Amino acid sequence: MIGFLIQRVLQAVMVMIAMSVIVFLGVYAIGNPIDVMIDPASSQALREALIQRYGLDRSLIEQYFVFMNNMLHGDLGESFIYRLPVISLIWSRFPATLELALTAMMIATCLGIPLGLWAGYKPDSWSAKAIMAFSVLGFSVPTFWIGLLLIMTFAVELGWLPSGGRGPVSNILGLNLSIGSLEGWSYIILPAFNLALFKLGLLIRLTRAGTTEVMSSDYVRFARAQGLSEGKVVGLHVLKNISIPIVTVFGLELGSTLAFAVVTETVFNWPGMGKLIIDSITVLDRPVMVAYLILVVFLFVIINLVVDLVYGQLDPRIRVKAAS
Amino acid sequence: MSEAVLRVKNLQTQFKTRTGTLKAVDGVSFEVGRGRILGLVGESGSGKSVTGYSILGLIEAPGEIAGGEVLLNGRDLTRLKGDAMRRMRGAQIAMVFQDPMMTLNPVLKIGTQMIAAVRAHDKVSRKEAWTRSRDALAKVGIPSPEERLDAYPHQLSGGMRQRVAIAIALLHSPAVIIADEPTTALDVSIQGQILAEVRRLADETGTAFVWVTHDLAVVSSLADDICVMYAGRVVETGAAADVIASPRHPYTAGLLASVPAEHEPGERLPQVPGSTPSLANLPAGCAFAPRCFKAGPACTTTPPVQTFADGRSALCHYPIESDSCQPLSSTSTTYRSAS
Repeated sequence: MIGFLIQRVLQAVMVMIAMSVIVFLGVYAIGNPIDVMIDPASSQALREALIQRYGLDRSLIEQYFVFMNNMLHGDLGESFIYRLPVISLIWSRFPATLELALTAMMIATCLGIPLGLWAGYKPDSWSAKAIMAFSVLGFSVPTFWIGLLLIMTFAVELGWLPSGGRGPVSNILGLNLSIGSLEGWSYIILPAFNLALFKLGLLIRLTRAGTTEVMSSDYVRFARAQGLSEGKVVGLHVLKNISIPIVTVFGLELGSTLAFAVVTETVFNWPGMGKLIIDSITVLDRPVMVAYLILVVFLFVIINLVVDLVYGQLDPRIRVKAAS
Repeated sequence: MSEAVLRVKNLQTQFKTRTGTLKAVDGVSFEVGRGRILGLVGESGSGKSVTGYSILGLIEAPGEIAGGEVLLNGRDLTRLKGDAMRRMRGAQIAMVFQDPMMTLNPVLKIGTQMIAAVRAHDKVSRKEAWTRSRDALAKVGIPSPEERLDAYPHQLSGGMRQRVAIAIALLHSPAVIIADEPTTALDVSIQGQILAEVRRLADETGTAFVWVTHDLAVVSSLADDICVMYAGRVVETGAAADVIASPRHPYTAGLLASVPAEHEPGERLPQVPGSTPSLANLPAGCAFAPRCFKAGPACTTTPPVQTFADGRSALCHYPIESDSCQPLSSTSTTYRSAS
């Protein structure tokens, strides 16, 4: 177990180093941020001074090592635009995205797994067919369009919910979250549902596929031959066997939701990290882009590590392989 | 001899497909007495496994039981619906499957699966269920059963897993256990151990077994009685020793002749010519006639059940007759295998 962890952490470090190189090269290739930042009419001397101040006159390799050295000391640089340390900039946006992503994942899981189980358990019923049709809509209709429809329906026509923005925040566990109050929920529910739809469709299909496969297995037949009730057959035998692919997709989706909830955040004017990165790209705010992408990689690495550890809990055969 | 605990009468199981209705089981009848073992023998596709599943009510769509009775201690299982049938399964009548690698859930501990099986019928505490599971494992000859309860299926050998499956089937001391080729996937030596164990269990607990198999060697060493199936019908029945010593139906004779042990090494094995007919287009009359060395003009009509003085019967116009035993009648419709 310890060996497995060390191995995974080393892998993670390698991935992050490789990623930092790719990100750095990519951002360097996009263009010179000075051109965007200053007035084209300003003097050459001012231009030179700024270039020198941000260290852009040095070679790429030198810049990279300065950046890496700073990062190892916990300093991801300062935003060109906001004049704030990147870390505190991202951190100030993080709680908004976190609560949005978690609420969306919760909606997707709590609806997707039961619906998928049902669709796989009774594949020929009309309700199962309706669920499957819904799931196709869920991941084929563009997010922004559904978001607009939701706003039109619930905010404009019915006037039940606010059309965008984030509700009042309160401090929960050291994070500024809006889900502590009912009013906060009225703001988050539409964007969260919008964000959940794609994952909901995915989870339904995944759960259904696993369920149909497991339902026809010998051990389900054997469980029925023992006189186990259908509830027990599904709850004990089926659910545990289909959980591995579900956990995998859950982890990946959680990561990508945290990192790239951009479209929903834009449509609902949600002040999260997605909006921050989009704004930074348009003004070529290089430190924010680099730091953000590296944080995203870090996030994915952590989530995948947790997923791998959960696998071992779910399937004893994987545990044996990891130990040997 | 004791009275029959399981009596199958004229059982018919059909599968409705696009090309028509397939009669996988077509009028099968047999009986098993308390503590006795009936060998249900046949080739692949003869309907022997479907018979087993039909008895437990585990036939899934598009299959259905179209007629007949399955009497367990006089109660017709085919009439039971939903929860009533569930309460019979595992408690009164249990089943063991062919492949021990597949019948236990790979991600659940043996103990978890056995405790669930106990508690499916008896509302006892987890601890009580655990104790009963441990005792059941000990009963089928599994060493250190406590540790096995804490193990996952992949940590056990195939033979051990099949013993676990048999232990699960025995948990509620059912009247009958249907065993669907349970030793086919095992080594011959392990198979021998399991067969001896099953014989002992049947004698000690009084549980009756229906042992579905294609292996005549298994049947000859294990079963009290034999029921030979071909194309969904029972073609011959009788005491195991008698049937193997002098088969009456040409098909049984053909099967016995192709057992390698009966022949000199290097000698060419006799075969039953042709292959099992498709259920979709069975020949009229006797389904075996096209492959039969004794086939005659009468075989295009449905053969009668011929009953013999020694309690045996055969579904044939021209059964193989031994000097001692001529057919008594051709009127009886029920096969009697027990008593």
